[in-house]
Amino acid sequence: MGERLLMKGNEVIAEAAIRAGCRHYFGYPITPQTEIAHYMAKKMPKVGGVFLQAESEVAAINMVYGAASAGKRVMTSSSSPGISLKQEGISYASGSQLPAVVVNIMRGGPGLGGIQPSQSDYFQATKGGGHGDYHMIVLAPSSVQELYELTVDAFNLADQYRMVAMILGDGVLGQMMEVVNFRDEEPIVETDKSWCACGHGMKREHNTITSIHLDPAVLEQWNINLQNKYKTICEKEQRYEIYKCDDAEIIIVAYGSVARIAKNVVQVAREEGIKVGLLRPITLWPFPVKAFEQVMDRAKAFLTVEMSSGQMLEDVMLAVNGRKPVYFTGRMGGMIPRVDDVMAKIKEIMAG
Amino acid sequence: MAVVFDRPHALVDIPMHYCPGCTHGIAHRLVAEALDELGIEGRTVGISSVGCSYNNYFYFNCDMIQAPHGRAPAVATGVKRSLPDSIVFTYQGDGDLAAIGTAEIVHAAARGENITVIFINNTIYGMTSGQMAPTTLLNQVTTTTPYGRDPKLHGNPIRVCEMLSTLKGPAYIERVSLHDIKHIKKAKEAVRKAFKVQMAGKGFSLVEILSTCPTNWGMNPLEALDRVKNEMIEYYPLGVFAGEDLEV
Amino acid sequence: MFLHEVIIAGFGGQGILSAGRLIAYAGMLDGREVSFFPSYGPEMRGGTANCMVVVSDEPIASPVLNSCTALIVMNNPSLEKFESYLKKDGVLITDSSLVQQKPVRNDIRHFELPATLMASDAGNKAFSNIYLVGKLIKETGIITPESFEKALYGVLSKSKHYLIPQEMEALRAGMEY
Repeated sequence: MGERLLMKGNEVIAEAAIRAGCRHYFGYPITPQTEIAHYMAKKMPKVGGVFLQAESEVAAINMVYGAASAGKRVMTSSSSPGISLKQEGISYASGSQLPAVVVNIMRGGPGLGGIQPSQSDYFQATKGGGHGDYHMIVLAPSSVQELYELTVDAFNLADQYRMVAMILGDGVLGQMMEVVNFRDEEPIVETDKSWCACGHGMKREHNTITSIHLDPAVLEQWNINLQNKYKTICEKEQRYEIYKCDDAEIIIVAYGSVARIAKNVVQVAREEGIKVGLLRPITLWPFPVKAFEQVMDRAKAFLTVEMSSGQMLEDVMLAVNGRKPVYFTGRMGGMIPRVDDVMAKIKEIMAG
Repeated sequence: MAVVFDRPHALVDIPMHYCPGCTHGIAHRLVAEALDELGIEGRTVGISSVGCSYNNYFYFNCDMIQAPHGRAPAVATGVKRSLPDSIVFTYQGDGDLAAIGTAEIVHAAARGENITVIFINNTIYGMTSGQMAPTTLLNQVTTTTPYGRDPKLHGNPIRVCEMLSTLKGPAYIERVSLHDIKHIKKAKEAVRKAFKVQMAGKGFSLVEILSTCPTNWGMNPLEALDRVKNEMIEYYPLGVFAGEDLEV
Repeated sequence: MFLHEVIIAGFGGQGILSAGRLIAYAGMLDGREVSFFPSYGPEMRGGTANCMVVVSDEPIASPVLNSCTALIVMNNPSLEKFESYLKKDGVLITDSSLVQQKPVRNDIRHFELPATLMASDAGNKAFSNIYLVGKLIKETGIITPESFEKALYGVLSKSKHYLIPQEMEALRAGMEY
C-alpha cells in the first residue's frame, strides 16, 4: 500500500493529476477550487512541470488547447462562472478531438451566484455547455479517495478517446479533508499521439489540429465519426454504485457529495423500517442507464436528490422511461439538502 | 538552368484562396522563406487564427493548429510551454488580435512569451465582408461604418505596436508594409529577425504588416497599394518599436 | 459503534479550523475513518468560522452534518446557530471567557471552560482552541492525546515544533479542568 494521507479534496485533484503524468496546468483563481492552483504552483516546478496563471479563464482553456495539441497531458480547473467562460475552448477541443482534463468545483448560480456548494452545472456538463454536437466524459466523485482515482482515470479516458474529460465536483468535495490512499504506481494508459502538432522534424507530412470544415458534407462526416465514438463510450464506460438496493422499495438517485448525504438517509430510513437504497451515478456522461435495469423490478419509486432545481432528474426520467414514478427533492443556491428534508419526502412518497 | 526563384519548402504547392491583390500571399511567403532559410520548419508549430487566413494550415508545411478567434497567443503559449525547443508563431489579423483577442496578445507580450506574432493590419474585417476593425482609420467607410468611422461613435484606431511597446515583455516589435518591392524586402528582414529573436530565446517578437484588402476597400489592387502608402503609413508609421539595438 | 460527529464554531482566527483538522488527523492516526469539512468564504480573521469533523469505526456517509454528538463553541452567535444540532445527551463545550450565553436545552451535557483566559494566563493566546480540544477528549474519548501530539508534528511546519510541548500542556490542562 502507498501513502495514507489526510488531504483536502482540491489538493488531491492536483496531486492526482501530477501522478497521472500531467505536467501542464493553466488556471485562473476562483473560489472554491483555488487550492488546486496553489498546489500546482508549488509542486509543478519541483517535478519539471509548468504552472501558469493565465489572464482569464478564456486564455487558460486555450493554453490547454495548445498544450493538448502538442501532445501533453494537461489540465485546467475552475468553478461555475469560470467554466462558463471556458465553454468556447471546450467546444473547440471537442471539435478538434483533443484530450484534456477540466475540473469544475461547482458553486451556486446563475451569474456570479455564490461560493457555496451546488450541482447546478449538470446540464452544462452533460448536455454540452458550448456550441455543437459534442460530449465530454463527466466523472462525479463523491469522496476524496474518488477525487484521486477518478482524476487519474480522467486523464486515461481523455487520451484513449481523444476528448475532454471533466471532473464534476462541488464545494463540499473541494474543501473537505479525508484520508486518501495513494497507489505506489498509477495505471497510466499510453496512447498513440502521432496526430499531435509538435514539429514534424522533416520526417512526416505536417499535422493539423482543427475544428473547422466549411464543406458541410465533410463536417457531417466529422460529426458522424464523433457520434460513433460517443456511442462506443456509452456502451463501455458507464460507471455507478448500487448501495443497499437488493430489497429497496425507494431508490434514491444522487451523485457527488449529495450521494454521501443520501447514504445517511438510507441508514436513518432503515432504522425506521423503510427500505431505501441508493443508486449513485459515477459517470454522469455517459449516464449509467444500465444501473437502472438492475434495480427496476423491485423498486416502487425513484427519488432524485440534487443541489439543483432538478437537472439530473431529466436523465433519471429518461432511464426509468415511465416504468416507475420518479420524484425529486433538492436545494439550490449553495444550500445543502438535510437528511430530515429527504426523509420527509420519502414519507410523503410512502403515504402515496 | 539555374533556378533563381522557387517556392519555399515551407509553403505547400496548392493555389491560395485569397482575392486578387490581397497581400496575405506575400506575407505567407515571407514567413515560409524565413522557416526555410533558418532551417526551422521541422520544429515549427504555427497557429492559424480566425479571419481570411483561418485555413493557412493548408498553405504552411509545418505543423499547424487552428485557434479560436483571438486566442492564438494563448494557444501558442500552451504549445511553447509544452515544447520549449519548438518555434511557435501566430498569424493573426487585426480583428483577431486587436479586438476579440486584445487580452491574450497584451498578456502574452507582458509575459515576454517566447513566440513570434505575425500581425496583418488591413484596417478591415475581410472574411465577414468588410466591417469596421479596431484599426479602421477615421472616416474610413466600412459595412458597419457606412458614413465613415466617427471617433465619437466608433472610437479611435488602435496602434498595436505603440501600445505593446509600452510593456517590458516584448523583445522585438516592428511595423512594416508590403506596398512595394523595397518595403517587401524590409518586411522580409523583419520577419526573419522576429524568428531569430525567438530562436535566441530573447522573448516576445511581433511584426505588424500593413496589408491590403482591395475587395472590401472597393479598390483595384494598385489603388489598394497606393492607399497603404498614402493613407495608412501616416497613421501607422513604419519602424522598430522595441529591440532596435537587439543583435541576433 | 464508535461514531463522533463534532462541530467546532467561533470567529476566524480562533483556531477553529486547525482544531478540527488536528482532531481528524489524530483520528486517522488512531486507525479510524475521518472526515473534515470547513466552512469557507470571503471572511478570514474576525469572520465566522466553523468546521465539521467525523471520527468513526465505519466508513463515513456524509461529511456534512445536520446533527452532532459534540459541539465546541467559541462565541455567542455560534451557540445560537448550532445548539439545536446537538443530539440528546450530546456534549457542549463553551469557552466561558467569551461565551456569556447559556444553552436553552437541558437534555445535553454542558461544560464551561475559560479557554481564552487560561491560554493568555499561560502566555500564548493562540492555544485557546487546544484547551477546548483537551476537554473534548476528556468527555468523549474521540481521540487519544498521544495521537494528538503526533498530529501536531504532522500538521505543523518544523519551525513551529518547538511550541508542541506548550500545546500538549494546554491539552492536558483542558483535560484536567
